[in-house]
Amino acid sequence: MIVSTTRGEMDDSLLDKREGSIDDANENTTWVEYWLAGDLVHRSAHVRLKKAMVSSVDVGGF
Amino acid sequence: MANTQAMCTSFKTEVLNGIHALGTTVIRAGTGADTIKAALYLASATVNAATTAYSATGEVSGTGYTAGGVTATNATAPTSSGTTAYWTPSASFTYTTVTLATSFDCVLLYNSTQANKSISAHTFGAQTITAGTFVLSMPANDASNALIRIA
Repeated sequence: MIVSTTRGEMDDSLLDKREGSIDDANENTTWVEYWLAGDLVHRSAHVRLKKAMVSSVDVGGF
Repeated sequence: MANTQAMCTSFKTEVLNGIHALGTTVIRAGTGADTIKAALYLASATVNAATTAYSATGEVSGTGYTAGGVTATNATAPTSSGTTAYWTPSASFTYTTVTLATSFDCVLLYNSTQANKSISAHTFGAQTITAGTFVLSMPANDASNALIRIA
């Protein structure tokens, strides 16, 4: 697979791939990194938001 | 039958649709939906409930990122279920082939049609992007999960 990197497009077979994730009440996030000779040359992330903005409204009494 | 004190659910939806103006409002150019945009902010920025409008101060910068962010896809109008009105952008926010070297952890939704007035700030775990793509996916558009809800 071809990966866009800071050094141009490269075949992923030449790179060290690292992946990670976070899953909590706020988000589910995954990321992928490609390293070349100790340098980070690509990092992408995908954040899936879970927590909505909720405004509660109410009416007053007399 | 009995009467029940309540905020009318239709009002909540109509607030999201800009139908009511209980104070001074604006002259709208048309009846179409406004253009909503999504800008990313550095982890060091201060974006919160007091943010009144989009500002470039504290916004991310880097290769491939355009100041002001991306336009939200808005194919689904606000609606309601039960007593909750809600709205969610109808597609992910995607920042393609960018390099954002300084960590960021916030996206500001704002109304670019109405003087860039802010709508909501959403935070997430700090990220950096290197020659890659950043995608923010939306929650399900329903009364329990929608991105913006008036309950």
